[in-house]
This record gives sequence, C-alpha cells and structure tokens, in this order.
Amino acid sequence: MDFTYTILIPLIPLAIFLLLGINYNKIKPSVSGVIGSLGLFTSLSLSYYTAYQYFFVVGKVDGVYQTFVQKWRWMSFTDSLSIDMGVLIDQISVMMLIVVTTISFVVHIYSRGYMKGDPGYTKFFAFLSLFTFSMLGLVLATNLFQIYIFWELVGVSSFLLIGFYYTKPSAVAAAKKAFIVTRFADLGFLIGILIIGFYTGTFDFETLNAVDSGNLVLDWASTSFMGLSVVAWALILIFMGGAGKSAMFPLHIWLPDAMEGPTPVSALIHAATMVVAGVYLVARLFPMYYFVEDGFALNIVAWVGAISALIAAIIALTQTDIKRVLAFSTMSQIGYMMLALGVSSYEGHDGLGYMASMFHLFTHSMFKALLFLGAGSIIHAVHSNYLQDMGGLRKYMPITHITFLIAALSISGVPGFAGFFSKDEILVAAYEHNKIIYFISVFVAGLTAFYMFRLYFGIFWGKDKTYEHLPHESPKSMTIPLMFLAFMSVAAGYIHFSEYVTADHQSFEAHLNYPLAAIAVGVGMIGIIIAYIFYKKPNDLPDKVSKSFGRLYTWAYHKFYIDEVYMFITKEIIFKRISTPFAWFDKKVVDKTMDLVGDSVVTTSEKIKGLQSGKVQDYAFAFVAGAVVLAMIFIYNWII
Amino acid sequence: MIQGITIYEILTLTTIIFFIGVYGFLTRKNLITMLLSIELILNASAVNFVVINTYLYPESLQGVFFSIFIIAVAAAETALAVAIIINLYKLVTSVEVEDTEVMKY
Repeated sequence: MDFTYTILIPLIPLAIFLLLGINYNKIKPSVSGVIGSLGLFTSLSLSYYTAYQYFFVVGKVDGVYQTFVQKWRWMSFTDSLSIDMGVLIDQISVMMLIVVTTISFVVHIYSRGYMKGDPGYTKFFAFLSLFTFSMLGLVLATNLFQIYIFWELVGVSSFLLIGFYYTKPSAVAAAKKAFIVTRFADLGFLIGILIIGFYTGTFDFETLNAVDSGNLVLDWASTSFMGLSVVAWALILIFMGGAGKSAMFPLHIWLPDAMEGPTPVSALIHAATMVVAGVYLVARLFPMYYFVEDGFALNIVAWVGAISALIAAIIALTQTDIKRVLAFSTMSQIGYMMLALGVSSYEGHDGLGYMASMFHLFTHSMFKALLFLGAGSIIHAVHSNYLQDMGGLRKYMPITHITFLIAALSISGVPGFAGFFSKDEILVAAYEHNKIIYFISVFVAGLTAFYMFRLYFGIFWGKDKTYEHLPHESPKSMTIPLMFLAFMSVAAGYIHFSEYVTADHQSFEAHLNYPLAAIAVGVGMIGIIIAYIFYKKPNDLPDKVSKSFGRLYTWAYHKFYIDEVYMFITKEIIFKRISTPFAWFDKKVVDKTMDLVGDSVVTTSEKIKGLQSGKVQDYAFAFVAGAVVLAMIFIYNWII
Repeated sequence: MIQGITIYEILTLTTIIFFIGVYGFLTRKNLITMLLSIELILNASAVNFVVINTYLYPESLQGVFFSIFIIAVAAAETALAVAIIINLYKLVTSVEVEDTEVMKY
C-alpha cells in the first residue's frame, strides 16, 4: 500500500497559509475563513481516509501493525547519516493525524464566529494554517531532524498566535516568554539529537526503534558518561525538549501566560495539539526509552509527569482567571499522559501505560478543546476572563452550559464519559507499576474534579449577577463545534484503543479494573460534591477554607513562586553575578585593547601628518633627495 | 659623432641642464615655470640617450628611438599638465604653487 499521498495532508494547509498570508490585504475576511476551513476539510478527509485504510484495510499483517515509510534524502553527511524528509505512517502518527485535523477543523469553524470583525481576521486564519501544517509535519516526521524542524515551526506559529493581539504589551511579553522558554528547552533537544547522530550514526526512527538483537542503539548504550550511557543522556535531553513544549514542571511557566492569545488558539495549540507534542515525542521513541539503561530515562519521564500533574492541579484550585485554570488543568492532564508513558512496559498487556497515554491524549484533546471553546464562548458573552465577573450564566447560554458540563464530567472521570475510560487505564497502569505514582494520580483525579466543578458552578450557577450587557448565546458557528466536541467527549471513550494503538504494534484486550475504577470515581465524586457545597450557592465557606490553609493557599495562588524563582535566577544570578562581570571584562579589557590600537594609530598619524604638506615641491624635494641618497649608496657599494 | 667634441663635454652639458631643471622645479613658485623645468629635465635625458647611443654603440638605434618616445611622452604630459593648471586656475584664480595646498585633502 502506498501512503505517499499523505504528504498532501500537511501541504494543503501550507498552500493555504501562503495564499492567505501573501494576499492578506486583498482577500475579504468572509472569503478567507471559507478558504481556510475548506482547505482543512480536505486535509481532514484525507486523514480519515488514511486512518480507515491503515486501521481496517492494510495496516495489520498477521496481527502486527506495520510501519509505512516514504522518504526522500535531503542532506547526506556520511553513508549512513543523512537527513531525510518524508512521511511515516504508523499507529500513533495516524491517530495524531486524526486528532490534529479534527481539532483544527473544529477550531477553524469556531473562529469564523469568534474572530468576526477582528481586523486581523485573514492573518489569523493564515497563522492557523501555518500551525496546522507544522503540527502535521511534526506528526508525520520520519526522523529526529525532521521532527526537530517542524518542532521549531510549531514553536514559531505558537509565538505568532500568542502574540496575535500584538498591540497589547502583556500578549507580546507572553509570546516572548513562551518562545524563549521553549527555545531553551529545545536546546536540550538539539544536543540530544546531535549525541544520537554522533554515536549511532542515524536519525531514523525505524532504525533507532528496532528492538531486536544487534541493534545499533543498544550497542552504543555501553559508552558511558558520568555513570550513565550517552544514549540515556541523549534521551533525557530529548525529553527536556519535550517537557518544554508540553509545559512540564519546571519548564511550564510559559503555558499560563500563553492564554493571552485568542481563545480558539488556546484550544487548538495550548490544549489539544502542540502541548502534547512532548508526549508524542516520548511515545515515538518509546522503545529507546524503554530499553536503554533499563528505562532510566523513562523513570524520569514518569516522575516529571507525576510532579507536574500534582503541582498544576494544586495551582488550578486557586486561580480565578478561567483560562488559566484550564491551562493548569491541561498541564496536569499532560502530566498524566507522561506518567502513563513512564510506567509503561513494552510487550502485550504490560504496554497498558503506553496505550493509556495515547488514549488519554485522544480523549483529552476532545474534552479540553471543548472546555476552551466553551470558555471562549463565555468570554465572548461576558467580556471578562475572571470568575468573579460570572455567575448564573446557565439561563443565558444553554448550549454552552450543557456542553461545558459534559466536558467537565468527562475530565473528572465520571463513568460513561470519555475521560473515565482513559483515566482508568492510566490509573491501572500506574497501580501495576508504582504505588506512589498511583496515589499521586488518584489524588490529582480528586483535585481535577474539584477545580473543574468549581469553575462550572462558579460560571453557570453561584450568585445571580446583573450584567450591563445581557449575555446571550453565541452564534451557530460557535455552538455547532461545541456540540460536535461534546459528542466526541462522550463517544471517544468507547473506542477500543488497545486494539489500535499499542507499544509493540499488537492488539491486546484491555478491561476495566472495577475496584480501581471505583476508587477513582469515588475520589472524583468527593471532589464534585465539595465543589457543589462550596460554589453552588454563594457562601463564605471557600474563603474560610482557603484561610485555614493559610500560607499553602497563598503559595498556590502565586503558582508556588516559580516565575519569581526564574526571575531571581536569571536577573539576580545570571545577569548580575555572571553576565555583568563578563560585560565588564568585554567593555574594559577586550574593547579597551581594540580601542588602544585604534587610538594609537590616530595619535601617530596626527603627529606625522605634517609631513604631507600638500606642496608639490616638498614631495619633489623628498623624491630628489631620496634618489640622490640611493645613488650614493649604489656608488659606494658597487662602483668604488 | 661630432668632430672635435668629446662625449664628456656633451654629458657635462646635459648634467648641467638636468640640474638646472631640478633646481627650477624645486624653487620656482609658478606652475608654468615648474612645467618648463620638467621639460628641461626630460630634454637632458633625451640628449643623453642620443649621445650615448651615437658615441658608444654606433651600430644600434635604440637610444634614438627612446628619445623619440620621451618627446612624445613629454608632449602628452605637457598637454595634461596645462589642462590641470587651467582647471586649477578656474578654481583658485592663481597658478602659484602655494595656493594649491588643497591637494592634501
């Protein structure tokens, strides 16, 4: 089966980007929205066709899912080491194709309503297309270098879209922050890639992930550096890049600020697609993570995921900006995916964590995009991001209310909704592997339910506020995507993921583990009930409880001062203690030496410039005198 | 070959003419007279070429050819120098060499 046509899936959005970007002054907003959506619809159809072909027709041979690679050599360094461009079709890339094109299409439709009347309407759609192109290219990448190129492209489009309202200083600052933090993380990624290229002589995923005996990578794993093999170091560094993109602790500081961008962007990039790129990267290299050094790097992934999930969930409890709550919730859920990957094994049912992580990635992208789009709809109506400006909105916005409720139930893991199934698999995987991580995840599940319903009750119930402008339901172009995603937030859970996406490319049967599921549901219910008591009717309970937590509450409210720690490290330590002496050395020593050379030339020439009088006769005299002297020397030496 | 006149006498004469030219070039303040001095220097060397050719190597003619070259170059040089002097005169209304110090800028 030839999957070469899949190259069109990223190329169509690229063409749309160029079309809209070059002519953005000439194309009418109403037209550009249609062009963008239609182009994406083509990509969407192609992706669904690919998925159908792969999963149901040709993908599975003798119970094993095949990998289809189509690549072209782009730059070659040595015989084995070259950079290729191409498409790689396997289980996770096909799954990601579906996620990216679906969410992107929904966001396109939604944006036609949300961005209506914005002066940068066409530009917005151009950027959306650029992002979609980069993300699809990342998903289809065949080697580490290709993924790195698209990784950076994704970073650029994220930068452009966060800073979309570029007249707002806070948006500009947020865009810069996101770019610099992820760039810093990508430095680790790049070093990791170079180490892998140097020691294994290949960037190719297929070669790197081949786990049978005689594998290049495992051969090289014996070269060690500081007690750990170089390949393990490379994997840790690559994970650093992934952690930066996926907003894992401690590189998560850019994500909450990134909420300055338009809300559809937050839904597309900072909830469903770009931020899971890190998860995708680890999943892509999963055999390496698992087999090199007995999964040392994988353990780091698990712990970083667990810690991020916990910290983000605690911070989310205290925030009042609804988009920031959702941002921290995203970070916490990605932490779940990371920890699920981290606790996974490779073969058969032991690979449950891997499958659970991908499953959660899939369902999370649906309900988190729904939550963000719902938040966008609310912000559209109320013109504020803050919880205290909302309340009693269920009467005004029935569709948003119902869809938001479905998403909240889904993320809280209420049985019957998509989030329940995927989260249950993660908890089972964690339980089988590492009890501490399991307890953290269960605790986080409770926190998740609580903060989601704190939002829900705060927005749609709570105090009956009087609004200056009466809020009204959003237009059809915004509510239809909401309804579609609400449907997906339920339906996605009923896909038998273990049949389609697994670590060792073979299907296995995954069952609900009823005792563990019951515990998780119980904890979730407790969270929901507490939220109900606190926020259903306005009362002073929340204040009392937050006071009783005292300092912990203040800390969480200020995001554990991690931003301040970064500021301290960069400003006080790096700038003041390291950069300033260097700058002094540069200015006083290096520059001064060069100045001295220049100055001495100037002073010397100042002194001798009198010789150059400008009088013809002086020059002639010097010439004659010189000739006479030369003649005398000549005569003295050779004649006499 | 001129009867009764030796090469030494002629070379002495041309040396005198040459140094008169050098002296004139170094001391005169007027550009035109400086140009005349240069002509003297050139003429002295042209005569030298011819004389040495005639007295020492009578069988060849290179020296004579060289003197013709020198005359041609001198003519071209004079034309150029006069053109420069005329332009300079338009600029500073003078042909005195002290007024041409702007050259150094």
